[in-house]
Amino acid sequence: MSGHPSAYEPKTGFTKWLDSRLPVVRLAYDSFVDFPTPKNLNYWWTFGGILAVCLATQILSGIVLAMHYTPTVDGAFASVERIMRDVPYGWLIRYIHANGASMFFLAVYIHMARGLYYGSYKAPREVLWILGCVIYLLMMGTAFLGYVLPWGQMSYHGANVITGLIGALPVVGDSIKAWLMGGPSIGNQTLQRFFSLHYLLPFMIAGVVILHIWALHVPGNNNPAGVEARKDPEGLKKDTVPFHPYYTVKDGFAIVVFLIIFAAFVFYMPNVLGHADNYIEANPLVTPAHIVPEWYLLPFYAILRAITFDIGPIDAKLLGVIFMFGSIAILFVLPWLDTSKVRSMRYRPVARQFFFGFIATMLLLGWCGASNPDDPIIPMGSDQLVVSYTDANGNEATQTYEEYEAAATFRDQKLDEGVDAAIAVAKAPAFRFVHLAQILTLYYFAYFLVILPLLGLREKPKDEPTSIHKAVLGNDRAAPAPAE
Amino acid sequence: MSEAQSTPHETIDEDRRDFIHIATAATAAAGAGALAYVFIDQMNAASDTKAASSLDVDISKVPLGGEVRVLIGGKPFFIRHRTEAEIKAAEAVDVSKLRDPQTDEERLIPMQNGELNRAMLVTSGTCTHLGCVPVGPSQGNTGDYGGWYCPCHGSHYDTSGRIRKGPAPSNLPVPDYRYVSPTTINISL
Repeated sequence: MSGHPSAYEPKTGFTKWLDSRLPVVRLAYDSFVDFPTPKNLNYWWTFGGILAVCLATQILSGIVLAMHYTPTVDGAFASVERIMRDVPYGWLIRYIHANGASMFFLAVYIHMARGLYYGSYKAPREVLWILGCVIYLLMMGTAFLGYVLPWGQMSYHGANVITGLIGALPVVGDSIKAWLMGGPSIGNQTLQRFFSLHYLLPFMIAGVVILHIWALHVPGNNNPAGVEARKDPEGLKKDTVPFHPYYTVKDGFAIVVFLIIFAAFVFYMPNVLGHADNYIEANPLVTPAHIVPEWYLLPFYAILRAITFDIGPIDAKLLGVIFMFGSIAILFVLPWLDTSKVRSMRYRPVARQFFFGFIATMLLLGWCGASNPDDPIIPMGSDQLVVSYTDANGNEATQTYEEYEAAATFRDQKLDEGVDAAIAVAKAPAFRFVHLAQILTLYYFAYFLVILPLLGLREKPKDEPTSIHKAVLGNDRAAPAPAE
Repeated sequence: MSEAQSTPHETIDEDRRDFIHIATAATAAAGAGALAYVFIDQMNAASDTKAASSLDVDISKVPLGGEVRVLIGGKPFFIRHRTEAEIKAAEAVDVSKLRDPQTDEERLIPMQNGELNRAMLVTSGTCTHLGCVPVGPSQGNTGDYGGWYCPCHGSHYDTSGRIRKGPAPSNLPVPDYRYVSPTTINISL
């Protein structure tokens, strides 16, 4: 696929016969055995392989769960509990699937952060990056649909919030929303289609993954030095090693370590990443006090809720939706926003600082998404109790108290006088989560729209190594003589 | 057929070919479009779903100061029996200062005799922000304005179901309902 000549030579009669009819063994050999791979890839590059394992795990465990699951509003919750209690090893398979989703996102975020840091989205890998963004979008869709299926309180009301986002679109929003839900609200018909689509999307992901790997194998891997492997035979030999055994073993080791962490979650804390409310069956009449999505969607949820102001004719609700979808859409055009020719941030000391700021921003946005936006982070003063009443002249008057007892006494005294009086809490000014989320949202967009475009033009990067070989070995030192 | 007769056909008529190409592609596109319509429209509400879209509610059982919550087609609705103080509070509001200006009277539908039943407020039970169900008197939290409070993102509604504070853009909508008798209303989606 990559233009380097195929080194596959069929040896047996059968493989020769097959190779002239369907060269599938040749394709696999050239892609995963003899494929020339930069020799300086670090462990951040193992997450591609880890993600392939994640996808396989989810599809396999999901197919099994579908054998036992009932996609109806009356049966869904009970069937999940039946999987947990009665189906042999059902608990294990369900915990693998539920935690597998989290592990999948953990790996994909590291994979994306690696791409951002080492400039893997830059020419000639733009299509590779965009296909990755498509996969990420499909993953979020799949995860959302899957989270609805257990038909718990978070499933139902989370789905309500998300479909509500679509309803915020002007003119067509309501009809698209009704079309997605198949009725005026989320009901049995919605659950059934979500189940069907949740089964479909992973196979679409698998299809895009094939394109993603194809697009990877045309230019070959990027690498921590960010310089291309040389094309001439001698340079190529110095800069690369064959994928097998060098990276099959390295990836294999990383996969084992990853699976140990995965297993720790499945066996020792299977519910720590979930939400307790989802073990309560869905009830359309009671909304949980605090609706939060799964952890991997929290930063975008924080962006959605950070927009509390209108801009011109666009109200805050629609604007929040635009910002949330915009935060993901912006990733698709990143290759054309970053103007720097230098890929790896190893050689971009200034951009590197902004990159770590970006990572911190994402983590803090996650914290904001998980918190109540009105809760104070830094309180300034304490909350006051305000008793409002009608004074002797019939005007509204207020009296402020620190202590509840004093306020209550005053209110009762007014009530005894036959005057309307009520206590309300006046929240003290504070730096709240919503304020932090607004600052972070600003940084998120500034990083892509201002910092990366301008920095590429203004910063002075460090000297890049002339080749991967030099990046690994420094200047052409003679190899030390082997010990006698 | 003799070979001599085939000579005139050796020239290719590009126009005829273009016509055939366009006609074929157009027919295929029309077929695909017609089929796509079927596959898209099947996701819209089915007839039985549409049919289950109205409900008679006995409002005489709603306790004073309390409310009844009903589901119609899976959507929640509130029927609130307001106290005198709550009605007064709803009517005393300066409408011009509201985000979604509506008087309390505009939010009531007259009974069959043309009078307003000011004690009974019927609203949608879906927060206009992102569709959560606000809490009310039965849950012990009526927000800063005595009506409803949406726990999801902190929208406060008053005793007329109007948005007063928080992110929601508009009032709790008044559904399409009518008085069948003085004690029964029919709510439809």
